[in-house]
Amino acid sequence: MSSVLDQIFVQGKRWLLSWLAGIPDWAIQIVSSLVNIAALLAVFLTLFALMSVLERKILGRMQNRYGPNRVGPFGLFQPIADGIKMLIKEDIVPARADKVVHFLAPVILAAVAILTLGVIPYGRNMTPFRIDGGILFFFAVGSATELAVFMAGWASNNKFSMLGAMRAIAQMFSYELPLIITVLPAVMIAGSLMPDKIVFSQGEYTLGILPRWFVFTPWGAAAFLLFFISGLVESNRTPFDVPEGESEIVAGHMTEYSGFKYATFFLAEYLGMFAISGLAVTLFLGGWHAPLRVLEFIPSYVWFFLKLGVLLFVYVWLRATLPRTRVDQMMNVAWKFMLPMSFACLIATAVWHYAGRGLRGWLWSLFVIVVVYSVLSILLDTRRKFARRVYRFAE
Amino acid sequence: MNGAAFIVISLVTLGAALAAAVLPNLMHAAFCLVLALLGLASFFFLLGAEFVGLALVFIYIGAVAVLIVFTILLTRRDSKEHLGLNWSGVLIACAVFGGLTWAILKTQSLSIIPPQARTLTVKRIGETLMTGYVWPLQCVGLLLTAALIGALVLVMEERR
Repeated sequence: MSSVLDQIFVQGKRWLLSWLAGIPDWAIQIVSSLVNIAALLAVFLTLFALMSVLERKILGRMQNRYGPNRVGPFGLFQPIADGIKMLIKEDIVPARADKVVHFLAPVILAAVAILTLGVIPYGRNMTPFRIDGGILFFFAVGSATELAVFMAGWASNNKFSMLGAMRAIAQMFSYELPLIITVLPAVMIAGSLMPDKIVFSQGEYTLGILPRWFVFTPWGAAAFLLFFISGLVESNRTPFDVPEGESEIVAGHMTEYSGFKYATFFLAEYLGMFAISGLAVTLFLGGWHAPLRVLEFIPSYVWFFLKLGVLLFVYVWLRATLPRTRVDQMMNVAWKFMLPMSFACLIATAVWHYAGRGLRGWLWSLFVIVVVYSVLSILLDTRRKFARRVYRFAE
Repeated sequence: MNGAAFIVISLVTLGAALAAAVLPNLMHAAFCLVLALLGLASFFFLLGAEFVGLALVFIYIGAVAVLIVFTILLTRRDSKEHLGLNWSGVLIACAVFGGLTWAILKTQSLSIIPPQARTLTVKRIGETLMTGYVWPLQCVGLLLTAALIGALVLVMEERR
């Protein structure tokens, strides 16, 4: 029974394709891909709508007020109202803007976000597109985000937009390094760049109780934290929403966008957030595996989306509690702390592997991480109060 | 199917490359160059060399394109005045084209059907890089580190 429920979507797709038995192979391949894409879009656009209202609800709750509660039961139809509003708004393009590039930027941004969602395993046998170098695909496609943001900033022909784009590129470049390096430990241990295999290698249980998710090893926990923070930066979320900076540069690269193009930017931001959280779940939190063997009767995709939901809640939680960081603080943390720590994770992983992947390896890799962390904190002298701010281009 | 894809991709790549060469607005030229590079990457996908294609996208579109775009942004723009034909450029382009054509025509293996090639997985590339090609890999790593340090020295603030 449980395995039927687990594979219900896979079987459903097989049943759909069985109707096309007569047509040539390549056509079936195309239809199969289209089914995957449709399912992906349906799920994540719904999740986007849900997230946009839930985020405001949670933010409201944390700030002692009601969130949206007028449209439909508990305000759940708010996204529909928002969507209609965005669709019927006037689309204003500045007279001096570069029309084509201005139009292309949000489109590319959203397309990139959707593409990156395609390689994540959402459940047993439920990866939309199995690619041998799936992790590499994720980052290769994701790196086009920077160019798209730059296009938006440049084509708007506005100083705020340009500044926002510059900030976005600076922070994305700086944090892409720790982001990718913290992925490597999981890839090293699984011995594959394929997300499916990485999930598969976290499937067993130690002593029959503790799941072998990478987050339960010292290197995995450290890498997960670093990955999560870098992911926050990559998706431009508070406390790292420096590129938008509503109070400083009026939404940065989005200043000159209105109507549905503006909504597309938000769509891309949320989809990017889902993608990076989904990858974090895949790499460190055991993907679609259940936390306990007795709970394995619950379908795999339920576990995946539960974990995704927890991570997304943390995103909202951080947004509600933390103020925006300063650009120079962010850069300092990226290059002086995050980068050495992610290299330390890499070494700790190797130590863990060569010390036998058991308790001994666990302790030794913890030792490596603790030593590097302490040395870094002594070197960076975190107890020193804030240094006097030096202005280079102003008196 | 593959033939049609090849023709479509080559047309897009060639068109984008031509646009990158002749467009008067430098920024548009840079974006067209990105499109041409994407076309090149899709050729690799078509040949089944996923890793190379992805690396091309990653490095050229993710990093080099942004670098080019920034260079255009930070340098003086004098796109208004027409510079005329750059004869040395034409000469170099013709020489490169001629050399490549000669090399392709001289190559024997094009006419021979290759012996059943094994599918190239990332794992095999990694193994090869770590065994047979470890020396070149280390050399490239050293070169890149030197370049990184050089760049840092260039931008370091002078202590007064």
